[in-house]
Amino acid sequence: MMPTLYLPTDSLARAVGADEVSTALITQARERNLPLELQRTSSRGLYWLEPLLEVDSPQGRIGFGPLTAADVPSVLEALHSSTEHPLSLGLVEELPYLKTQQRLLFARAGITRPLSLDDYRAHGGFEGLARAVAIGGEQTATAVFDSGLRGRGGAAFPAGIKWRTVRGTQAAQKYIVCNADEGDSGTFADRMLMEGDPFLLIEGMAIAGLCTGATYGYIYVRSEYPDAVTTLRNALEIARSNGYLGANVGGSGQAFDMEVRVGAGAYICGEETALLDSLEGKRGVVRAKPPIPALQGLFGRPTLVHNVLTLASVPLILAKGAQFYRDYGMGRSLGTMPFQLAGNVRHGGLVERAFGLTLRELVEGYGGGTASGRPLKAAQVGGPLGAWVPPAQFDTPLDYEAFAAMGAMLGHGGVVVADDTLDMAHMARFAMAFCAEESCGKCTPCRIGSTRGVEVIDRLLAAPDQAGRDQQVIILKDLCDTMQYGSLCALGGMVSFPVASALKYFPADFGLQPSEAEQ
Amino acid sequence: MPDDELHLPLVNSLLERHKGAPGALLPILHDIQERIGYIPDAAVPEIAHALNQSQAEVRGVISFYHDFRTAPPARHILRLCRAESCKSRGAEQLAAQLRERLQLDDHGSSADGSISLRPVYCLGACACSPALELDGRVHARLSAERLDALLDACREDA
Repeated sequence: MMPTLYLPTDSLARAVGADEVSTALITQARERNLPLELQRTSSRGLYWLEPLLEVDSPQGRIGFGPLTAADVPSVLEALHSSTEHPLSLGLVEELPYLKTQQRLLFARAGITRPLSLDDYRAHGGFEGLARAVAIGGEQTATAVFDSGLRGRGGAAFPAGIKWRTVRGTQAAQKYIVCNADEGDSGTFADRMLMEGDPFLLIEGMAIAGLCTGATYGYIYVRSEYPDAVTTLRNALEIARSNGYLGANVGGSGQAFDMEVRVGAGAYICGEETALLDSLEGKRGVVRAKPPIPALQGLFGRPTLVHNVLTLASVPLILAKGAQFYRDYGMGRSLGTMPFQLAGNVRHGGLVERAFGLTLRELVEGYGGGTASGRPLKAAQVGGPLGAWVPPAQFDTPLDYEAFAAMGAMLGHGGVVVADDTLDMAHMARFAMAFCAEESCGKCTPCRIGSTRGVEVIDRLLAAPDQAGRDQQVIILKDLCDTMQYGSLCALGGMVSFPVASALKYFPADFGLQPSEAEQ
Repeated sequence: MPDDELHLPLVNSLLERHKGAPGALLPILHDIQERIGYIPDAAVPEIAHALNQSQAEVRGVISFYHDFRTAPPARHILRLCRAESCKSRGAEQLAAQLRERLQLDDHGSSADGSISLRPVYCLGACACSPALELDGRVHARLSAERLDALLDACREDA
């Protein structure tokens, strides 16, 4: 009797060969006449071990990985004869990387099949919605407020305030909009959640609809995530046919439905007002605030706009209570955060922990240092608009306020690790060039400043002597200041973070003496 | 494109399907590009008419978004990720390899019409950088050898 096998269907697991492993398993099992039950689940997010095959055992699931199709015969042989295999990892949930995490949002990651409603319900699914229906909108908003949940997209605005604002408006039509335009390099938690646990996002949006009186929702997914789009669309149909969407959501007597919309490769559409314009069928141009979207958002109607992870946190808060959620975290950063380890790191993957662990614990502990084995140079936290943090500051706790205090930001929780070969002057230039490429063009500091920024960095790098470099550094710092305080949104406003931090901590990459950059 | 007109019946059937939906322009453009491979110039007046917008508005949207093409692409579309995570794992060396092998800038199509090249900024594969997308499929943990093998496969199926 063969035990049940589990292999992720996650797009990154597939990008490193999960489908080839699956095909080999099916073919080999048939040739050996072994009965095979293979379930395609979500990914644990332990990506350096993907493709990660898991096998049921009386003690729990045993892992094998990273596998290639060529390993499949020996793995099947080991399973059949109950012998050891060199790629056996033992019990997956005992792996220190996973065991020390606090998986609330990603509790089902790697365990359930993304489109199995039975799996979802067997692991606590729709308990939050049932609770929301039972306690009503006012108490639902209170629970979200009391939980201390803050927007996970990057701005960290208290979610409860938005919920109460939208709930308090009078309008013929209100909307829930999920921002799934996860464009920051180094982030993939939204993708994992949408591909792996789509019903959780649907449940969160349905709760938001019932609470605020919105009857329609949109999930705006970036076009680079086609698997997430397909999975969500299938999940919506399943949810609809089981009464979790439609005229009577979860037996509440209230209507809520939603659809998936696909972006078109514009980074700026991750900014909430540009996203709303894009949903309206326009160029993704940033709007001036006020009016805030909670009062005048999509099509001019009150709109609750949240990131995927914010909405997906709500079912748990309802099911377990605000206090349960508040018990995680520190200061004003409450709950857990799915940090994402990327770039030049040995153990890239998803690490969900309460706020407050240090960057060093994350990068050196979980991450295991650089993948190349070379010395660690820096980590960029919070995407392309985040600061490059040097190892000397790695003992800073991962907390919104602690990062803001050192001129950095947590953003969406992505951490890109770099070794000593990465040229920070090149990265600073790239940050400006990226901003120029992706600027919506509405405000001058961002539209013009980013292009001038590329030019100033080019001149700085080409300057023949110290006097010439000094002059360009002064201009670059002045430009960063103008962009930071004069731009309409975070793209122009925060591109100074990677540029200024690169200049401050890695002056040698710009041909500068440490004293020159410190001026 | 003289044969643009041939696509109009399809364009009009797609317009018929979408035009009642609020904010329908992006779904319309995606559908047209998915079926035809690009947005034919002749489709623009039809779209503008169906949505009661000016042609300038429609062209403005098409040109704003990186995804939309106004000319047919090559047989294969290769998008190499050039964002921070992949850069920290050698994406720039892979980009140089592509330029060298295809005799192309970062944008454009190879002379034999086999491959269209475009940069992309993040495929969400950052835990296994560097990565690229070839004809909609992501390949991660790339090496120079694997990139060469993928290019060979693209050229052989001519």
